[in-house]
Amino acid sequence: MTPTAGLPDTRGAERAPGLRGWLLMAPLLAWLGAFVIAPTLIMLVYSFCDRDELGQVVFTFSWSNYTRVFDPTYLKILLKSVYYAAITTAICLVVGYPVAYWVGRAPERVRNKLLALIMIPFWTSFLIRTYAWMTILKSEGPLNSLLLYLGMISTPLDILYTPTAVVIGLVYSYLPFMILPIYGSVEKLDNALVEAAFDLGAGPVRAFASVIAPLTRPGIVAGVMLVFIPAIGMFAITDLMGGARVPMIGNVIQNQFGQARDWPFGAALGMTVLLLFAATFWLTTKKDPSAT
Amino acid sequence: MSTDAKEVMVEVRRVTKTFDEFTAVSDVSLEIRAGEFITLLGPSGCGKTTLLRMISGFETPTQGQIFIAGQDVTHDPPYRRDANQVFQSYALFPHMTVKENIGFGLRMKKVPKSEAQERVREAIAMVSLGGMEDRKPSQLSGGQRQRVALARAIVCRPKVLLLDEPLSALDAKLRHAMQVELKHLQQKLGITFVFVTHDQEEALTMSDRIAVINQGKVEQLGDATAIYHQPKTTFVANFIGQANILEGRVVSRAGRKVTLRLEGGPEVTLLADDLPDDATTAMISVRPEKILIRKQREESDNVFEAEIAEEIFKGATDQLMLRTPGGLELWAVVANESARQATVHKGDKVFCHLHFDDIVVVQGN
Ligand SMILES: Nc1ncnc2c1ncn2[C@@H]1O[C@H](COP(=O)(O)OP(=O)(O)OP(=O)(O)O)[C@@H](O)[C@H]1O
Ligand SMILES: [Mg+2]
Repeated sequence: MTPTAGLPDTRGAERAPGLRGWLLMAPLLAWLGAFVIAPTLIMLVYSFCDRDELGQVVFTFSWSNYTRVFDPTYLKILLKSVYYAAITTAICLVVGYPVAYWVGRAPERVRNKLLALIMIPFWTSFLIRTYAWMTILKSEGPLNSLLLYLGMISTPLDILYTPTAVVIGLVYSYLPFMILPIYGSVEKLDNALVEAAFDLGAGPVRAFASVIAPLTRPGIVAGVMLVFIPAIGMFAITDLMGGARVPMIGNVIQNQFGQARDWPFGAALGMTVLLLFAATFWLTTKKDPSAT
Repeated sequence: MSTDAKEVMVEVRRVTKTFDEFTAVSDVSLEIRAGEFITLLGPSGCGKTTLLRMISGFETPTQGQIFIAGQDVTHDPPYRRDANQVFQSYALFPHMTVKENIGFGLRMKKVPKSEAQERVREAIAMVSLGGMEDRKPSQLSGGQRQRVALARAIVCRPKVLLLDEPLSALDAKLRHAMQVELKHLQQKLGITFVFVTHDQEEALTMSDRIAVINQGKVEQLGDATAIYHQPKTTFVANFIGQANILEGRVVSRAGRKVTLRLEGGPEVTLLADDLPDDATTAMISVRPEKILIRKQREESDNVFEAEIAEEIFKGATDQLMLRTPGGLELWAVVANESARQATVHKGDKVFCHLHFDDIVVVQGN
């Protein structure tokens, strides 16, 4: 519902950055220009080029790379990547929200300790953690040994090098990126509002649906984007935990710049994924009712 | 009292609440009658909010029980209690309009849509918020938010309305207006109000009865006049209005009549009903405005001489510090009847007159 023309909301009024603002932003703008905008433009140019037999980029103009992107083979891989990224995001949200809520509502003095616990795994290298998961999941690994010992299974489960392993790896890697922004929103949520919902007759589920979720929406949106977007393009986890059996769009792109030596096609794939990200971003931020 | 026959709406039975080691509410018992406006009055940190939150269900008593309308609700969650709270910060949902905020409780209770709409409209009219239905809380003034919070609670027609310092964020003028409005609303709706405040004037203005709370205990429970005129303890005497707290030795006793020699001052005689027979000393409270000051000696229960040591102009009244020949100091208040001709001045020797009834024996704290 839109408010009728009433008092102007003066809070959070936007103002132009001004000279001082531009100066403060200068390092960031320079960084963005050199390492984000320039490479993206180079990629954009490459994506319309061609390549010779040796893999050298030939500067022409053609749409052929983009028509290839929509070849069923690649389209299927792209859709599959989106699908796994969506599953990963959903699991991260379902697992991460309660954790974030619980940490955000904890007494102030334990909150930072709990946050540290969430981040401690990230002190170890990403590769080491991924290899650790591979060890856990492999057929003679501790997980299967435990399940066999408990008698819950009779033959080892083949988890490693399956989509399940990929999703486990993705969820594990991206969970903190879901938890942290939601935690930020939950921490700011005034407890009196939650109490007011209970006071007015809302049980836990309805209080969550009508008050807690809408008011922590900015955190949810940020978390979803921080997980979903990188998860689409992730290639290291799919490589290691999915083996060669579960190629994702990230692997295909990486391959074009590597072994296949087809930079223009890799660039076209990259630009397509970028457009997909932009669309996701636009969709999730389009309407934010509690723009406070 | 005439309301004695009425049913008890809320009963707090021997309730104690401790946080870690700290006792916030200590063995409190309280019976709140249906339709009554009761105020929990006390200084900051005395446990008012904690007591209120145990009635609304946001805190569970460490010991004791809470009853609402005869039912033991001690362990019921807030959403199953027939009581609604008006929060000090109002706690309006920022993502909902005024109308949606007020209708929230009815939606949660699954009241049919048409009835809910009607009740919301009624509540909006009752708190004079017509025309603001579609605004967000951020587009309202403090006073308007306060009204939304009130409407959101009363639209649910609870048996008990709990208000935690609902007026403390308003400026003095608006606050006085809201005090009167709230009182009228309460009488009109007949809902039991439990009102928390640390403002004694607010308590005296609005309440049927006042529970004066100090350090987690109810010091005195009674109507405004009883609390003001017959304070039972030095704390109550000092907290509500001003009081001269004086100590004296019992010099003679004849039935109810007790004569005390005040420290460094004159002898006064009073009527003491609850002074123990073997008491050798007593503490008394005298309200400043009850000391009658005249240039001549007049007929009275007690008369003593004093000099005006200090004179403070307070507008409608003058505050006088009196000093007796023995060095006892006490405050008096006189009305400023005429600007051109003040009756007494600093340095004047005067006679102070005190009635038996205006001297109250209090217990020390
Ligand atoms: N959750 C809590 N944990 C620990 N101590 C608490 C808690 N809630 C309240 N207290 C303590 O209990 C005492 C009473 O608090 P309470 O909020 O009831 O006071 P109050 O009378 O409402 O005061 P005020 O007028 O300042 O609102 C205070 O000393 C407070 O520090
Ligand atoms: Mg309080």
